[in-house]
Amino acid sequence: MSPAAGQNHSPGARQYVLTWVALLVLLLVAVGTAYIPLGVVNVGLNLGIAVVKALLVMVVFMHLGISRPVVRLAAVAGFFWLALLFILTLAEYVTR
Amino acid sequence: MSTIAAAPEPSYIDVSYTLRSWLTTHDHKRIGLLYVVSITFFFFIAAVAAAIMRVELLTPAGDLLEADTYNKLFTVHGVVMVWFFLIPSIPATFGNFLLPLMIGARDVAFPRLNLASWYVYSLGGLFVIITLIAGGVDTGWTFYTPYTTMFSNTHVVAAICGVFIVGFSSIFTGLNFIVTVHRMRAPGLNWFRLPLFVWAQYATSLVMVLATPVLAMTLALVAIERILQVGIFDPALGGDPLLFQHLFWFYSHPAVYIMVLPAMGVVSEVIACFARRPVFGYRFMVYSLLGIAVVGFTVWGHHMFVSGQSMYAGMVFSLLSFLVAVPSSIKVFNWTATLYRGSVSFEAPMLYALGFIALFMMGGITGIWLAALAADVHLTDTYFVVAHFHYIMVGAAVMAYFSAIHFWWPKITGRLYPESWARLAAIVMFIGFNLAFFPQYIAGFLGMPRRYHAYPPEYEVLNILSSAGAAVLAVAYVLPLIYLGWSLLRGPRAGSSPWGATGLEWETTSPPPRDNFRRPPRVDGPPYAYDTERGHGP
Amino acid sequence: MAPDAVVPDAPQFEDGEQRRSAATLGMWVFLATEVLFFGVLFGGYAVIRLLNYDAFVVGSHHTDVVLGTVNTAVLLTSSLTMALAVRGAGLGQRRDTTRWLVLTLLLGLAFLGIKGVEYYQEYQDALVPVLAFRYQGPHAQGVLLFFYLYFVMTGLHALHLIIGVAVVGAMVVRNRRGHFGPEYYIPVELTGLYWHFVDVVWIFLYPLFYLVARV
Ligand SMILES: [Cu+2]
Repeated sequence: MSPAAGQNHSPGARQYVLTWVALLVLLLVAVGTAYIPLGVVNVGLNLGIAVVKALLVMVVFMHLGISRPVVRLAAVAGFFWLALLFILTLAEYVTR
Repeated sequence: MSTIAAAPEPSYIDVSYTLRSWLTTHDHKRIGLLYVVSITFFFFIAAVAAAIMRVELLTPAGDLLEADTYNKLFTVHGVVMVWFFLIPSIPATFGNFLLPLMIGARDVAFPRLNLASWYVYSLGGLFVIITLIAGGVDTGWTFYTPYTTMFSNTHVVAAICGVFIVGFSSIFTGLNFIVTVHRMRAPGLNWFRLPLFVWAQYATSLVMVLATPVLAMTLALVAIERILQVGIFDPALGGDPLLFQHLFWFYSHPAVYIMVLPAMGVVSEVIACFARRPVFGYRFMVYSLLGIAVVGFTVWGHHMFVSGQSMYAGMVFSLLSFLVAVPSSIKVFNWTATLYRGSVSFEAPMLYALGFIALFMMGGITGIWLAALAADVHLTDTYFVVAHFHYIMVGAAVMAYFSAIHFWWPKITGRLYPESWARLAAIVMFIGFNLAFFPQYIAGFLGMPRRYHAYPPEYEVLNILSSAGAAVLAVAYVLPLIYLGWSLLRGPRAGSSPWGATGLEWETTSPPPRDNFRRPPRVDGPPYAYDTERGHGP
Repeated sequence: MAPDAVVPDAPQFEDGEQRRSAATLGMWVFLATEVLFFGVLFGGYAVIRLLNYDAFVVGSHHTDVVLGTVNTAVLLTSSLTMALAVRGAGLGQRRDTTRWLVLTLLLGLAFLGIKGVEYYQEYQDALVPVLAFRYQGPHAQGVLLFFYLYFVMTGLHALHLIIGVAVVGAMVVRNRRGHFGPEYYIPVELTGLYWHFVDVVWIFLYPLFYLVARV
C-alpha cells in the first residue's frame, strides 16, 4: 500500500466508534475497580488501564497503526526517554 | 580552477541587501548567519565576565570584587556560555547553513519555524540582558534548589525565563533537523552515504528534542516555587531538593553532548579532507554518535555523587559513565586511524581539528577520573572539575567551532582567508587554552575549591599562570575577528571547492544561490570518496 | 470562490506527499518533546507520592471523582469526534468535517467548564495552595503538595486544551472557507494529533489524582 493510498485507507468510522466504546468501558472498569480493595493491585490496574487507553488512542485515533515506521519510532522515543528518566530517578529513591 | 563561470543566479547574499530581507528571511543559510552574529555577541559578554574573574584571581585576596559580584559573574559566564553560545554554536550556525546543502535539499523542512527559532533565541537573550541590567543573578548556572527557591536575593526568575525561552529555540532547531534529515535527502543519498557532520547533527537533534523540555519544565517549577513558596523541591513540605538535581542533570549532562557531538561532526569532515582519506570505520563513527546520544542520558548521577543520593545509584551511574567513554574513544581511535597513511596537510581548519582531538582526549580522560566514585569525593567542586569541563566545552567544542569557521568560510562568504594568520591563531589558541586550564587541573587536584573569589596563597602561582593563559586565549579569539573581517572585504575569491573536499556543499557555487543547487543533485556513492593517491587541491 | 485545495507555498518540498509526511513526522517529534515536558511533572508526582503516600491518599479523597470521571468521558468522546473530523477532511466531506470539528470544540469547552466547576469547589473547600489553603487535617503539608501538583498538572493540561480549542476553532473557519480537500488537509490532521495527545495526558492524570486508594 503506498502511503498516498493510506489516506483513503484510514480507519473507518466503525472502527473509531468501537474504539470509543472500548475507551468508555475501560474508564468504567477503572472507576469500578478503584472501589474494590485490592491493595497494590489497585495502582497497577489504574495505571495499566491508563496505558491501554492511551495505546488505543494513539494506535487508532492517532493512526500509529498505519503510520510509517519512523513516525512510530518518534512516538516510542518520547516514552522510551521518559522511561529512562523515571527508572533511574525512582531507582535512586527506592535504594536510599 | 574555478567552475563557476557565468552564474545566472545571484548568491543567497546578493538576493537582497536590506536589513528587512535578513530579518524576514526563510533561507536556512541566512538564518545560520543571523545566529552567528547573535552568538558572537553573547560569547563576548560571557568572555568579559570570565576575564574579570581571571583578573580577580590573580591575587589570593578577594581585593577586586565583592564575593557577591564574583558569584554573579560566574553565573552570567555559565548561563550565557552554555545556553546562548555553546548549545547553539555549531548546530544553529553551521548546522543551519550546511545541513540542507549536505543532503542536497533546497531548505530545511520548516523554514518558518527555523526563523522563529532565531527570534525565540533573541527573546531569551533579551531576558538575560534584562537580568544583567537589573543587577544579575548569583545562583550559578545550575540554579540549585533550595538556594534558588528560598534564599537568593537576585533576579532568579528573569534569568530562568531567559533559559526557558531559549530552550524552545533549540527544540525548534532539533525538530527541524530531524525531519529534514528524514524527509529531504537528495535521491540516492541513503543513510549510510550521509556525511558524518549530518549524522552528528541528527544525533544532536535527538538530544535537543528529548532533553530540553525536561530542563524547561524543571526551571519553570523552580520559578513557580520561588514565587509561590510552595513546591516539590521544598524539604519542609515533604519535597526534595535532590529531585531538582535529578531533573536538571537529566538535561544538563546530555547538554554536553549537544555541544560536543556537532564538534565531532566538524572534525570528521575536516580530518577526512586534510588527510585525503575516507573516515576510518564510517559505520562505527555513526553508531558511536548515536551511542553517545543515547547512553549519555543514563549517566547524569555522576554530578550527584556527594549529594546524598543512594549509594547504589551512585555505583550504577559511575559504571554507566565509564561506559559512555567507549563510543567516545572509538571516535578518537578512528580519527587517528584516518590520519594514518593519509597525505596529511596542516591548513588552519586541520590545526583546529587536531587541537580538538588533543583537548577532547584530555577532557575525556579526566572525565573518567571524575566518574570514579572515590576519586570524585575528593575532586567534586574543585578546579579539577572546572578544568575538565572547560577542556571539553571550551577547548574541544570551541576549537571545532573555529575549525568549522575556517573550513566553510570560503563556502559561506565566497572569499579566502589569510592562511598563515589563521594558523597562527590556531596555535595561539591551543597554547593559550592549555596555559589557562591545565594549571586548574593541578590546583583542583591539590584541593582548590571552585566558585570562590579568594583562595589560599599556595595556589597563587597556578592562578597567575591560568590568568596569563586566559589573556593569550583572548588574543587568539580576537585575531580571527580581524583577519576574517579583512577577508570579508578584501579576501581573494574562492572557487566552489577550494579544499578539493568531497560533499554536496562543495558542488554548488560559493556562496551558494538561494535554492542551493541549480539542478537537484543525485548521489551514487559513499561519502569521503577521496583519492588517496592524489595530491592537494588546485 | 474559495482558494483551491492544493499545496500552497512551500517550495522546499518536491511534492504534496513529501510535505505531508514531513509535517506528520514533525508533529510527532513535537509530541515527543511534550511527553518529556509533561513527563517532568509525572516524575515529580511519582517521587513526591513515594515520599508522601499517606498524604496523597488523603488528597485524592478530596477530589471530585464524579466530575473527574464525567470529564474523562467528555474528553474521550471529543477524541472520537476529532478522529471523525480528520477522516471527513481526508474524504473531502467538508460539511461533515465542520460538524465534527464544532462538536469537538464544544466538548473541549464542556471539559473546561466542568474543570472550572471543580476548581471553584476546591477554592470553596480551601484546597487551593497559596490562594486559599486551610486544610488542617493529618499530613497537611503533603496534602498541600498534592494539591500543588494537582493544580500545576491539570492547569498545564487545561492550558493545552485551551490552545487546542482555539486551534480547532481556526480549523472550523478555514474548513468553511474551503482551505482543505482530500489533497491537502495537513492542518486538520496535525490538529487532530495534538488534540489526541492532550487526551492521552488526561488519561494518565485521571487515575493519579482521582483514584488513589479510593477504598
Ligand atoms: Cu555529566
